[in-house]
Amino acid sequence: MIRLLFFAHLGEQVGEREVTWLHVPETVKKLKDEVEERYGVSLGRVMTAVNEEYACDEAPLHEGDTVAFIPPVSGG
Amino acid sequence: MTEPLFAITDRPISVEDVMKKVMRPEAGAVAVFAGTVREWTNGKRTLFLQYEAYVSMAEKMLAQVGAEIVEKWPGAKTAITHRIGKLEIGDIAVVIAVSSPHRAEAYEANRYAIERIKQIVPIWKKEQWEDGSAWVGDQLETTAYPSGKPEVKEG
Repeated sequence: MIRLLFFAHLGEQVGEREVTWLHVPETVKKLKDEVEERYGVSLGRVMTAVNEEYACDEAPLHEGDTVAFIPPVSGG
Repeated sequence: MTEPLFAITDRPISVEDVMKKVMRPEAGAVAVFAGTVREWTNGKRTLFLQYEAYVSMAEKMLAQVGAEIVEKWPGAKTAITHRIGKLEIGDIAVVIAVSSPHRAEAYEANRYAIERIKQIVPIWKKEQWEDGSAWVGDQLETTAYPSGKPEVKEG
């Protein structure tokens, strides 16, 4: 099981800010594919953080991880 | 009491409080930047802004910006507070204070901090325009992407 977090417009599109994902895909990329298919969202320009560290598409996932989808940021 | 140097808050920010965190005898300069909510953008009127953050990670990334600054400008000390929630026109969204022995580094490092915030710190701004709302999606604050499919922009 992993925890998914959606921010900004993604949270609105998915309809949830936080989701429990029972299946643990091998990589970030595979998770992105599953999420895109499940919610019909585009993650093309979205960064990913695993346990609060930015992670590339090839990064492996593990049981208990928290994965955040981070659209282009606009602080300041 | 030790106030954190890097903070996300849902309360109004005191410029003086952030500045005090970096003042010390070794410093001959403190550069302070305040980012404020602008009413007009290219002829379009903003009514208010809503900021959202991945708070725990955002505080870590602000600290990383501070660490990068020490690396580039040894002797500089940085404090950053960013506000989230609903902000009205003129409210302060972010305050960056950098102290250093001499003014040149303080100015440069402060400028660096705001640019890095716009690249790596997970904070988002939702514009409430007079005629609708949209998440602002790029560092130049010019492109909204209500569809979630923004155009790719090379930095």
